[in-house]
Parts: sequence; structure tokens; C-alpha cells
Amino acid sequence: MADQTLRQWLLTDTPTSRRHAKLSAIYQGWLSFRSNTMAMIGLWILLALVGIAAFAPILSPHDPFVQDLGNRLAPLGTESHILGTDSLGRDILSRLIYGSRITLYIVALVALIAPVVGLLVGTVSGYVGGWVDVVLMRITDIFLAFPRLVLALAFVAALGAGIENAVLAISLTAWPPYARIARAETLTIRAADYISAIQLQGAGAMRIITRHIWPLCVSSLIVRVTLDMAGIILAAAGLGFLGLGAQPPSPEWGAMISEGRRFILDHWWVATMPGLAIFTVSLAFNLLGDGLRDVLDPKGGE
Amino acid sequence: MSMLDIDALNVWFGSGRDRVDAVRAATFSVAKGESFGLVGESGSGKSTILRAISGLAPHWSGQMVVEGTPLTKVRPKAFYKTVQMVFQDPYASLHPRHSVDQVLGETLHLHGFSDIDARVVKLLDDVGLGQKFRFRYPHQLSGGQRQRVAIARALAPEPELLLLDEPTSALDVSVQAEILNLLVDLRRDRGLTYVMVSHDLSVVGHMCERLAVMKDGAIVEIMGVETLRKMEAKHPYSQSLLAASV
Amino acid sequence: MMDTLLDVEDLWVRFPSRQGVFDAVRGISFTLGRERLGIVGESGSGKSMTGRAILRLIRPPGIVEAKQISLGGVDLMQKTEKEMRAVRGQRISMVMQDPKFSLNPVMTIGDQIIEAYRQHNRASKTEAYAKALEMLEAVSIRDADRVMRAYPHEMSGGMGQRIMIAMMLIPNPEILIADEPTSALDVSVQRQVLDIMDKLVKDRGMGLIFISHDLNLVADFCDRVLIMYAGRIVEICEADKLNEAKHPYTRGLLNSLPRLDAPRDHLEVLKRDPAWAQAPSVSGRI
Repeated sequence: MADQTLRQWLLTDTPTSRRHAKLSAIYQGWLSFRSNTMAMIGLWILLALVGIAAFAPILSPHDPFVQDLGNRLAPLGTESHILGTDSLGRDILSRLIYGSRITLYIVALVALIAPVVGLLVGTVSGYVGGWVDVVLMRITDIFLAFPRLVLALAFVAALGAGIENAVLAISLTAWPPYARIARAETLTIRAADYISAIQLQGAGAMRIITRHIWPLCVSSLIVRVTLDMAGIILAAAGLGFLGLGAQPPSPEWGAMISEGRRFILDHWWVATMPGLAIFTVSLAFNLLGDGLRDVLDPKGGE
Repeated sequence: MSMLDIDALNVWFGSGRDRVDAVRAATFSVAKGESFGLVGESGSGKSTILRAISGLAPHWSGQMVVEGTPLTKVRPKAFYKTVQMVFQDPYASLHPRHSVDQVLGETLHLHGFSDIDARVVKLLDDVGLGQKFRFRYPHQLSGGQRQRVAIARALAPEPELLLLDEPTSALDVSVQAEILNLLVDLRRDRGLTYVMVSHDLSVVGHMCERLAVMKDGAIVEIMGVETLRKMEAKHPYSQSLLAASV
Repeated sequence: MMDTLLDVEDLWVRFPSRQGVFDAVRGISFTLGRERLGIVGESGSGKSMTGRAILRLIRPPGIVEAKQISLGGVDLMQKTEKEMRAVRGQRISMVMQDPKFSLNPVMTIGDQIIEAYRQHNRASKTEAYAKALEMLEAVSIRDADRVMRAYPHEMSGGMGQRIMIAMMLIPNPEILIADEPTSALDVSVQRQVLDIMDKLVKDRGMGLIFISHDLNLVADFCDRVLIMYAGRIVEICEADKLNEAKHPYTRGLLNSLPRLDAPRDHLEVLKRDPAWAQAPSVSGRI
């Protein structure tokens, strides 16, 4: 009974306070998201990923760094090694579980740096216009022109290999598309009457950009970020594959694929298992992004 | 004293070969407390004049004087306490992510009022919306309700001159009647001056005391509302406009 | 005695949503002969939905139900989607509000008219071109050659709408449904477009359904007027007898309009009586 009234309270047409209105809006967005089965599957997979990363020590059957040279390249289904062992006898399942932490770390860092920088550059460029727009967009073009791996190589040469530098390299090449999106959205929004209206109240550029433009740009950026996550994970995996990302013996999924490359014909599972893990997480992000777009897309109505 | 004096106003967009002159040599005056109409078809420049007055049009020349003070390229903050605007499309003039309370609260905050809560309550009452609309978002409001919020926002800084850009043309007929009545009451109660743009001559005839007819950026005739009602327009374009509207 | 072109009986249009089922049109019935029938209502009255429902343009999750929607005796509700494609445009055509949104912006006007013509008639390009010129001249477009080569965005609203009418009348339909055809146009152009529609409809003996929110315009232009409110028909009158309308909603609409010849201090505000939405629909069937 209490459940029913809470739902009614959240679905009401006449909110009674700011908090009520916000909660109601969030709840309705959630209901809309929940009706999309594929998006929910994506969400569950990602929640599972977070759970696995958080409880890695408990879930993992073995220590990911312990080598057992007598038991190298054990096939799937071996006793106590469900997913087999790699070329140094380390349990693949455990390495996948601990590797999820690294994947999440990469995803979180890039998601924090790239879209934020892109949003800042894009909205300021779009709103202020003039030579500020020209300069910022040319800087964006310069970064867009860098091939990701070449920049990563440069970083590694300069600063040494490691997961942080790989993440930095990826972020530096990932932010320009967000700047472009944010700028395009800003140009459209800037022409709207509600922006004119707030300008007529004497609002300055800072206030308009942060309180009026950002809330509208954020949705499309969130969607774009989730859809890009797949690419970012693959980029990190690629760097790991080249030996530029996480360094051995770190159980980063891309590095695991690289190590398993030599055995792909006879002992295919060593490279394929981490590959499947990357595939699953990328797919989950794609599904989540699609679902979020349906909920957050400002053009699709309110 | 005159509230608004426009003298030889030119407004243009673009430059050089791409220059479009939206308003050409417009001249008229509006007395304090008067309601002045601007009529014309699309492209006549009537909305552009309002945008120029409010500071939203970048390129203009000529003279615009509000309450004795000539307007410059950049508007001082005090200007926005005197002159406010209500836009045409109620669906586009409210930020989709801001509740009514946020819209009014922000406006009051920007103008330096301290008793924001009390003022928001009073504004909503003044425009005929109850308190139950206070925390709604625009998509939870009908067209007429949104326009009332837009009017409340325009009234928040306690202005003297209200620029109305086709405030009811996007609304249903029955809602239009309510909003027009509201505007009439507000003007009477607060002694406001209106400059109202419309393509609908009967709306202008109802709301305004004098009006200017515009064609292709120029004012072709200024007449009193009685002349309009008696269909005694002098300029041939005004006559044809009248004939087509009846 | 006018022959009946279209017979609509007990039409319902429903939209299921998270908050329940919303009935946009609730059991309306009317017939259309070789006349100009106006459907007037405010937003949300269901007038546009009625027009779309006749053409079966309402996609799921919208549900359309009717005892019958008969065109010349044949029930359209029984037809498959494929059969409806032969009806749409061919026997019943529709002109909508803004020609900017109904004309393809990346094709020249000539190409679009020719394409429309050749879809319904076997004709060579030259024949179609000649026919297109003929159609443009029938809607009073003088330099038809130039217009054929132009793009929609180069046309004014009035010309665009006349081109739409020309295109929609190419297949010689029996019925034209016009959904707010002049609402986006300037007052002086409205009259022109209406005159053209009137002439064409009369010359071809078509039936016209004119959907609008503008009561006076519809009364001026049409022969019979249906007034819709909340998905129901609340009143039907002959256009010239609109001032004698009896239903309080119609009277309320008429009285809430500002009038140049009858100045008032305050306009009368329509007080909506919930009984209007609950009363059954008035039948417009003859």
C-alpha cells in the first residue's frame, strides 16, 4: 500500500517542492529506461563488471600473479581452472577478474577527462563565437588530427610506458569529438528564445553557459561517451597489445590477448577469453548508450 | 513624457553583399501608459524592431530613446529593469530543464531582489497561476500556462515598458482570450506601456490605442484604433491589409 | 440529392500510454458529399487525427476503430496496407499546413511533380513535364517553367502551398483533405490559396474536408461545419448559419474572438463544462 502511494507521489503532475520535482523527473526517466530491455541488459552487465571489480579478491579462485609452470596452457574445464591457464600457468579466470579493475580504471579516467574538456571547449566556443571560436576550433582540429596510437607512442617514448600514460594519450585524442558535438548543440540552443529571455534579464555569459547550455548538452554527451566506451576500451587494449599500456605482469585484458597471440592455433582460449570479455563490456556500453539516448534525447521531446 | 521614441531606425543583418535591411527608417513614439501596435505580414520587420529595442539585434543605426535616455550599443543593467519582452512561442521561451520556480527565481536573483520566495508566490498569483504550478517543468504545462509564466518572468523586475511579440498567435482561440484579458488587466493595474506586434488586426484593434502598419521594413502608416475600426486607412497597403482581414 | 463520397461511422482513435489509454477521437460519424465540409476545433479536439484516420495514416501504438469508413461504398477499414496505398493520393489526397515540411527540400519542384505524376500514370518524362506545367498553371502560377527548375526553399509560403495543392490533385482524387492549409500563410495570401482550392474542388466535383482552428475562416469558406471538442462532434451547422449556433462551446468560441466591429473591454472567456465532453457525439451523417 505504501509502495503504491510512493509511486503515485513520484508520478504526480503537481510537484510540491524542488526536490519533489527533481525526484519525479528522475523517476520518470528511469521508468522510460527500464522499458528498454536491451538497455537494461547493458546496465546489468556493467553493474556486474563493477561488482566483479569490487569483489575481485573474494571472487577470484586464484592469485592472478602466481605462476605454475608445470600447468601451462591448461585447456578450458581443467580442474580448478575453469578458463584454463596462460603461458606461465596463471589462472585465466582470476586474471580476467582482476583485469576488470584495470578496465574500469581506464574507462573512468577517460570518461572524466575527455567529455569534460570537450564540453568546456565546445560550449565556450559555440556561445562566444568570433575569434575565440576560431582559435578553439583550430586547436580542436590539431588534436583531432593526431592518430591515437602515434600519440601514445610519443608519450611512451617521453614518459615511459604505463597505464596512466596510456589513459592520458587516449583522453588527449578522445576529447575533440565531444567539443564538436557540444559546439553544434550550443549553436542551436543559442538561437532559442529562452536564451534571449535570460539575456534580457542581464545574465552574463558564464551563467548562461553553465546553467542554461550545459544542462542541455550533457545528455547528448553522456550518450556519446557510452557509445565511445567500446572504442576506448579497445584503444586501451590495443595499447596493451602493443606493450604500451599496462605492463606485465598486470592482468590487463589487451595485454593478455597479446601474450596469447603466439598460441592462438593450438591453445586458442588464452587469447579468446580476454577477447570475449572486452567484447561483452563493449557491447554492454553500446546497449546502455542506446537506451540512454532514448531517455535523454532532448530533440525526442521531453 | 514619452516612454519610447524611435527615430530613423535602421536594422540590418549580414554585411556587404549579404546585407538584409530588415527595418528601414522607422520613426514613431509611444506615450507613457499607451498601448501601441505594430502590424504587418511576415518579413515586414515588426518583430525586428522589438528585438532592436530590447538589445537583441546587433546592427542598428538611428535613435532609440527610452524614458528620455538614448540607447547605446550595450544595454546597462538598469535598462532591463525598465524594458522587458514576452516572446511569441510559449514552447520555445521557457528552458526545458528549468522549473517555473527556477525560471522566476533566477530572474529575481539577477535583478537583485532578496525576498525571492514571496515574490515568486505573488507573481504566480498575479498571472492567474496557482501555487500548484510552481515546481512544474515546461512540458507539464499547457501553451496558455507557459505564456503566463513568460509574462510573470517579464513582470518580475517590475518594468514599465513591455514588448509583446505576437504573444497569443501560437495559442488556441479560447486561451488567447484569457491571455489578452490578463494583459489588459495587468496594464491597467500597473500602468504599463505596451508595444505589441501582431499580424492579427482584430487582436491589435482590441488591445491597442494606436498602431503602425509595416511593409517590407518600412512604416507605411500610423493610425489610431478608431481609424482602424472604421476602415478609414489612408495608405493603399493598409487598406488592402484591412480588407483581407475582415 | 448529393451523392455520398465518404461515410464515416463511429470512428475512435486511441493512443495507449504509460498513464492509460488516451482517446483522441471518440465515436464520431459524418458523411461527405460533393461539398466543402469544415471540421473546426482547438488543439486536442481530435480534428487532425480524424483526417489522418480516414487515410489510415495513424501508426501503432495508435489504434483506429470504426464501424465503417466507406469510400464510394467500399469500407477502407477492411483494406490491407497495400490496398490503402492505392487509395492514398489516388482517391483521397491530403494537403498539410506547412509546405516547407511536405515538399522534399533536395529535389526541384519539377522533379517532384513529375515523380508524383508518373507514380499514378504511365507517362514518359516529356508527357509528365507537360502535365506538370498544366497543373501549375491551373493553380495560377505564372512562370511555371522557372518554378519547375526551382527548389522548395526558394518559394514563398503561398506558392509552396499552391504547388502542394497542384501535386495533390494530379492523380484526380475524389476527396481532398486539407489540414490547416492556410494557417502558416499571411492573410493576403490565404484568400488566394483558398480561392484556388475552391475553384479546383468545384470544377472536378470533389469533396473537400477542411480542418482548421479558425472558426470564421471555415464558416466563410465551407458549406457545412462540424465543431469538435474533446474528440466528439458537439455541433453541426450550415456555414452561413454559424451565428445562430446553439451549443455553448460554439457560442463561447465565437464570443471569445476579438472583433474590430464590436469592441469590448474584456473578451468573454470560455468556461468549459465537463458535460460537453461526456455528451455523445452529434452525428454528421446525412
